Amino acid sequence: MVVQALIDQGVDTVFGYPGGAVLPIYDEIFQQNSIKHILVRHEQGAVHAAEGYARATGKPGVCLVTSGPGATNAVTGLTDALMDSIPIVVLTGQVPTFMIGSDAFQEADTVGITRPCTKHNWLVKETDKLSGVIHEAFHVATAGRPGPVLIDIPKDVQFATGTYETLKPSTSHYQPQVKGDMEAITELVAAIETAKRPIFYTGGGVINSGPGASQLLRELVDATGFPITSTLMGLGSYPASGKHWMGMLGMHGLYEANMAMHDCDLMINIGARFDDRITGRIDAFSPKSKKAHIDIDPSSINKVIKADIPIVGDVGHVLEDILKVWKSRGRKTNQSALAQWWSKIEEWKSVDCLKFTQTGKTIKPQHALARLEALTKDHDRYICTEVGQHQMWAAQYLNFEDPNRWMTSGGLGTMGYGFPASIGVQMGHPEALVINVAGEASWLMNMQELGTAMQFNLPVKQFILNNERLGMVRQWQELLHGERYSHSWSESLPDFVKLAEAFGAKGIICSDPDDLDDAIMEMINHDGPVLFDCLVEKHENCFPMIPSGKAHNEMLLGEADTQGVIDAKGSVLV
Amino acid sequence: MSALKIKKGATSHSAYNLRPTFSDVEERHTLAVLVENEPGVLARVIGLFSGRGYNIESLTVAEVDHTGHLSRITIVTLGTPQVIEQIKAQLGRIVSVHEVHDLTVEGPSVERELAMFKVTGQGDKRVEALRLADIFRANVVDSTLESFVFEITGAPDKIDAFADLMRPLGLAEVARTGVAALPRGD
Repeated sequence: MVVQALIDQGVDTVFGYPGGAVLPIYDEIFQQNSIKHILVRHEQGAVHAAEGYARATGKPGVCLVTSGPGATNAVTGLTDALMDSIPIVVLTGQVPTFMIGSDAFQEADTVGITRPCTKHNWLVKETDKLSGVIHEAFHVATAGRPGPVLIDIPKDVQFATGTYETLKPSTSHYQPQVKGDMEAITELVAAIETAKRPIFYTGGGVINSGPGASQLLRELVDATGFPITSTLMGLGSYPASGKHWMGMLGMHGLYEANMAMHDCDLMINIGARFDDRITGRIDAFSPKSKKAHIDIDPSSINKVIKADIPIVGDVGHVLEDILKVWKSRGRKTNQSALAQWWSKIEEWKSVDCLKFTQTGKTIKPQHALARLEALTKDHDRYICTEVGQHQMWAAQYLNFEDPNRWMTSGGLGTMGYGFPASIGVQMGHPEALVINVAGEASWLMNMQELGTAMQFNLPVKQFILNNERLGMVRQWQELLHGERYSHSWSESLPDFVKLAEAFGAKGIICSDPDDLDDAIMEMINHDGPVLFDCLVEKHENCFPMIPSGKAHNEMLLGEADTQGVIDAKGSVLV
Repeated sequence: MSALKIKKGATSHSAYNLRPTFSDVEERHTLAVLVENEPGVLARVIGLFSGRGYNIESLTVAEVDHTGHLSRITIVTLGTPQVIEQIKAQLGRIVSVHEVHDLTVEGPSVERELAMFKVTGQGDKRVEALRLADIFRANVVDSTLESFVFEITGAPDKIDAFADLMRPLGLAEVARTGVAALPRGD
């Protein structure tokens, strides 16, 4: 019944790990060919793989894990998906109904544990309700602001037979509003017509709304001629080669993007949530601007920053209406003021905040990524990352032309996300070049998934910027904790080439800038998983940076700016 | 259901737009939340309050529509306008929640709470307790030679006032149900 419901939902891939309490479902999986099951090496890997699959394909990712430890291992992935609004459906086995509450072997209160880290969850105690709940779960995971859901299925419910409910249009009372309020939309259009220093600030909501929303965004940005910046989660919704693109904003965002956010008079937030990595000091956040906020989740509006024009609705629907109204009113913008605004922006751009010089015999991480970009940009390419300095450098130095091509753990910041996510992406796009930009420490957190990549012949490329440090931790310790590098240095790192070979994969090591291009080409051209150990400068810091407790216009651009900038109040912030 | 017909989760037409959103003055609001009557739904609501650090002054819950499978949770909470607005939006986001109503802003409403007071004592104090109970229209639901149990219904401040009066007269135990509330009129 479970398998039938998944097939009816159009599921072709399940990431999972068997165990006692899910054996009946695994038995069914064994006897069919419609759904491909990917055996991971740890349940956390299953959930991240499903996240990667979901984000790269736009379809919900599905996981199947056992009770107790299987479910608790899935918790990090569920929380990650909740923070980044990724639709996934996790099926967990549970001890039989008559044993629930008896502290049975591998029993855990799964719905209790996962209640705060799912969008919704269900414990199904009657087989007759099982198929209906599964269909409802897919609806909840994908409707409105997407998110993870979990269905806990006791083993006796799996064994019993019941009536199957076929897939019908959802009758659920859960039907979030998708159309924006026309009055507010008209108010925003009027603001667009007169704005002198406007900026689009877009986020993951544009990508979650579907490729159509990115298309509409491009149309609106290009037609109005307004500058656009994006959060980490929204990269790719507007092409990096587009002429109005200003790069990512936020703590490690580009100078021009943050300065423009600070000085703008109209901020149009589309599917972003004023995260603390974006706003910096709240009371100094873009003090002179009128703020419009488009979000499908009413709780995002006025949560952190007061919205002057709040619009609750799906980004795609709202953008369509904005375009319609703006066109019907004569496509007006304040041309002369815009020209002045752009010349100001060009001034900021000329600071060239991402410049670096590759000198000497040690590879700079920025150089490694610039070369990776140059050598892979023409491929059908998907990028995942882990979490830390490498993630920020990847966001700064790689260019994204399309949505759904950038998979990273933004909200939760989960080290260990990228490798399993790359496996999920490769499952969704078997022919594509899938690269996980990693740090050595993050990568080791879910390194066991190399077995998965080998078993299913998934040619994911692991591009590890190895500085033998927890780079971002080290950077903060340098700037905030008097250069006392408490436990941010990894001793006894493995020989990554030998490690790859132990799994039967290919390992490449590169430490000389002169060899880098050839090594990257070797990685791209190898048909199979590759572990690329790129030995980089060990003490490089990630700039630009808005230090904790500071405003957008107080960015640090490089090492010279860093002396004594963060006060005691700022240092308690993370 | 609400007098103003405010849509669940709506912010643009909320009466809140009439007041400064980011004021730091704390207000007391009574929220009526209609939820699916299913296992764990109360935990979802309470978990939201504890997880996000919101206050609960009182909370009552019971099934109100057996065929429709609905329970009504009445929550009295304290927060700045911004926090109250967040609480409502966050409640509206829970999949098992059907409707959220802020009875404090959606028009006039009535609030009632039931409480029981055990008062022990002899002589004059006992007579005085009985006399005050009569003024407050409290009923005696149990009595021994040395104690009364009073039952009183009313708005929370009336019950607070009664408790203050009973304290010097030998108040031994209190049980309160928390607030139940409905909008006035139709």
